Amino acid sequence: MAVRFTLNGKATSFDGDADMPLLWYLRDHARLTGTKFGCGIAACGACTVHVDGAAQRSCVTPLRAIEGRAVRTIEGLADGDRLHAVQQAWIEEDVAQCGYCQAGQIMAAVDLLAKTPDPSDEQVASLTNLCRCGTYPRIRKAIKRAAAALKEES
Amino acid sequence: MSAQLTRRAFLAIGASAAGGLLLRGSAFAADRPRDAAEASAQLGVLVRIEPDGTIVIGSRQPEMGQGVKTSLPMLVAEELDADWSRVRIEELPLGLVAIAEEPGVTWKYGPQGAGGSTSIPEGWGDLRPVGAEARRLLVLAAAAEWNAEAATLTTFAGTVKHPDGRTLTYAELAPKAAKIVPPKDPAPLKDPAQYRLIGTPQRVVDAREIVTGRAQYGLDVFPEGALVAVVARCPYFDGAIESWDASEAKKIPGVRDVVVLPGPKPGEPYAQNLATGLAVIADDTWSAIRGRNALKVSWTKGPWADETSAKLDAQAAGLLRGKGKVVRRDGDLAGAKAKAARTVEATYRVPFVAHATMEPQNAYAKVEADHVTVVGSMQMPSGASRVANAITGVHRLKIDVRAARLGGGFGRRLTNDFVAEAVLIAKATGKAIKLVWTREDDMRHDFYRPFGVHAMTATLDGDGKVTGWAQRLASAAKYYRRADVAPGDEWQSEIYPDDFPAQCVANLEYEWLDVKSGIARGSWRAPAHTANAFANESFIDEIAHATKQDAVALRLAMYGAPRELAYTNHGGPVFDTGRMANVLQVAADRIGWGRKVARGRGIGIAAHFTFGGYAAHAMEVSVAKGGEYRIERCVCAVDVGRVVNPLGVEAQMMGGTIDGISTAEGLEITIRDGRVVEGNFNDYPLLRSARAPDVEVHVVKSDKAPSGAGEMGIPTAAPALCNAIFAATGVRIRSLPIRDQLKAASRA
Ligand code: FES
Ligand code: FES
Repeated sequence: MAVRFTLNGKATSFDGDADMPLLWYLRDHARLTGTKFGCGIAACGACTVHVDGAAQRSCVTPLRAIEGRAVRTIEGLADGDRLHAVQQAWIEEDVAQCGYCQAGQIMAAVDLLAKTPDPSDEQVASLTNLCRCGTYPRIRKAIKRAAAALKEES
Repeated sequence: MSAQLTRRAFLAIGASAAGGLLLRGSAFAADRPRDAAEASAQLGVLVRIEPDGTIVIGSRQPEMGQGVKTSLPMLVAEELDADWSRVRIEELPLGLVAIAEEPGVTWKYGPQGAGGSTSIPEGWGDLRPVGAEARRLLVLAAAAEWNAEAATLTTFAGTVKHPDGRTLTYAELAPKAAKIVPPKDPAPLKDPAQYRLIGTPQRVVDAREIVTGRAQYGLDVFPEGALVAVVARCPYFDGAIESWDASEAKKIPGVRDVVVLPGPKPGEPYAQNLATGLAVIADDTWSAIRGRNALKVSWTKGPWADETSAKLDAQAAGLLRGKGKVVRRDGDLAGAKAKAARTVEATYRVPFVAHATMEPQNAYAKVEADHVTVVGSMQMPSGASRVANAITGVHRLKIDVRAARLGGGFGRRLTNDFVAEAVLIAKATGKAIKLVWTREDDMRHDFYRPFGVHAMTATLDGDGKVTGWAQRLASAAKYYRRADVAPGDEWQSEIYPDDFPAQCVANLEYEWLDVKSGIARGSWRAPAHTANAFANESFIDEIAHATKQDAVALRLAMYGAPRELAYTNHGGPVFDTGRMANVLQVAADRIGWGRKVARGRGIGIAAHFTFGGYAAHAMEVSVAKGGEYRIERCVCAVDVGRVVNPLGVEAQMMGGTIDGISTAEGLEITIRDGRVVEGNFNDYPLLRSARAPDVEVHVVKSDKAPSGAGEMGIPTAAPALCNAIFAATGVRIRSLPIRDQLKAASRA
């Protein structure tokens, strides 16, 4: 039976292997490659997406688990040409080095700020997404900057 | 390399399809110019100025996070006086052109390959003239237009100005500039005092693509019609396939084929792929992974089946009891020992580590009768072209190679073993192949940073002056199974004989002993410097404590008067003791060296010269009762000559520092039964944000020619941290990683 869900706002269905991790569906079938593969065991966060608004590691999320749910990927985060405040902050703080982990970092940060609009230093540093290039200090600055920007927006 | 830098840049001038100005160039083909038509047909575009105002600058180097896609075009844009906010950067594919001489091809856009922190020094030499030539042509075009003296005209942000105030934009001038025959002499370069762009902070040019998920990495390349390959590689060093059964694998929906991938013979150079295996070809990645899981394979263990990490430790210890190869001998060490008032000895161990690039290895390959396409994340696209040529026999000019954005490099992607796999599979199956490595593949089939044990000895006179120094290193050399390294030269990857304290201590010996191991080794960000800086800089700290000297003062005394010492290894030609002393002093000042700290706290410092750049770290740690420790402050001072992009240099130092801390704290690749144990981030625990300190980066102002910045941030992080831990606790970390050593010491 086909799995039905929404993907970046669009109704979608897939009638292949429902055990396929969402990550590989996104990358190979939906051809949305912004969601990255880093470990496949929920240890790095490169594959972080939102399922019903909450951050989830798509490499360990089988498609059958998202039946009827709403998936948002990095490609669906901006509002057209208008970047999300977190994406904007990432540019302003010049966070990316290789950039490979950053889509996952951004999705995790958006989730953090949704739950904790005014995060402490410790909460900002609590993201467990790995960055091999060591951009953590700038990631933390960017989250703070985004938190301030979001407060202004609301 | 340095000889080539003095050659005059060769540029062909022409018009773009839209009538704009084109500069095609091969900075390195200068000595064999050909006629204009041939040149323009063969050479690649470095600068394009279109009548609509677009300025496109070609970026030739693989971008792996070191920032060259931003910093190299800055060199061109500076001399061109372009408006940086309007410049578009275009990634250039591998560019080769035919020449009569061996090896039959040469660079089209200048050297393309990222390693050894060389992109900036090379670009400094050959890319600035490209911008200068374009600017000169635009000025000449304006001079003709106004009937003015070119020398009276100035340029600013994409316009040429007449002294009377009139201006013409580059866009307006481009079509005319395209028709000007350039003067023979090279266009003059700017006086650095006139720089407007070099030295100003510029953000990563493709940040928007990255934060929106549109930046394309090698692993994202999946053209229509391609099949995915996932390989079951033999996990044993030099093992082989004993038997296999793919019948279950082939039943998995989506699996198309299973093919045997041959590997290198035991002991022969690693010219292509690393290990033999079975490639599962499928419609998508998930089916290929499932297919691989369903394979039944048994492996023969090969000649290294008994190897374990503990046995390598024992082997190194045994070797150090004997004699090795002395690779540098100054003065009379035995004499210094005989006369010494004091001798200090210590032994340090540095483990194998993996590169663990965030993006696992991958490659896309398509092999046709007389054409090959390779796309992937690679540091050496020219090596990919060579390997594809060796496998297919297709002429190198008919092999298209494009380096996508790299999800990290760190030296892993200097080798093209994964490209070889993709090409071998594409050739065997006749299909376009997207090869995917899983994290476990990547962790277990790497070219690891060498393991080594450093036995250090220092002799001191009655005044505490270091009179003798010996480093005896037993290591599994990086130079292993390399066709380009002569037998007997393996030590050259382990000890750089001109490294400090050579020429600073009168009686000195560097000696190397050969640890035999079956594991593959390779370049890991700042190769031997990471190991040698840890041994040297920990040891100097030990000497200082043992002889009650200040660790900064001792280093300064060893550097001696500021002077340039000959340095013939990579990063030379000189090692400037004054620049070294200066970064040490800056780091010391910023951390507040010498101030009293609370109980349980300590400050450590370390300095080192890496590939032309000078760096120092100073860290303050606090250690709790149970041995739990924290880095309270982390200072990094660096002198990389003139800074092209300060934001980029800061990023590299920050990242290098955190890489160094991450590796020192928790990372080690271990061996059991002739295979790698660790497989993923659960047992190879990279540092996470909560433990990564903020890094206070201080970049020394300098007008010396720039070095790179990709590798200087790493080597001193580990010794500064361990020296701080010693200052806080009295516990000396002599074996990396640190892991639970402090906790164990606090229980003892
Ligand atoms: S790929 Fe999903 S957490 Fe690493
Ligand atoms: S920017 Fe390279 S892994 Fe995070």
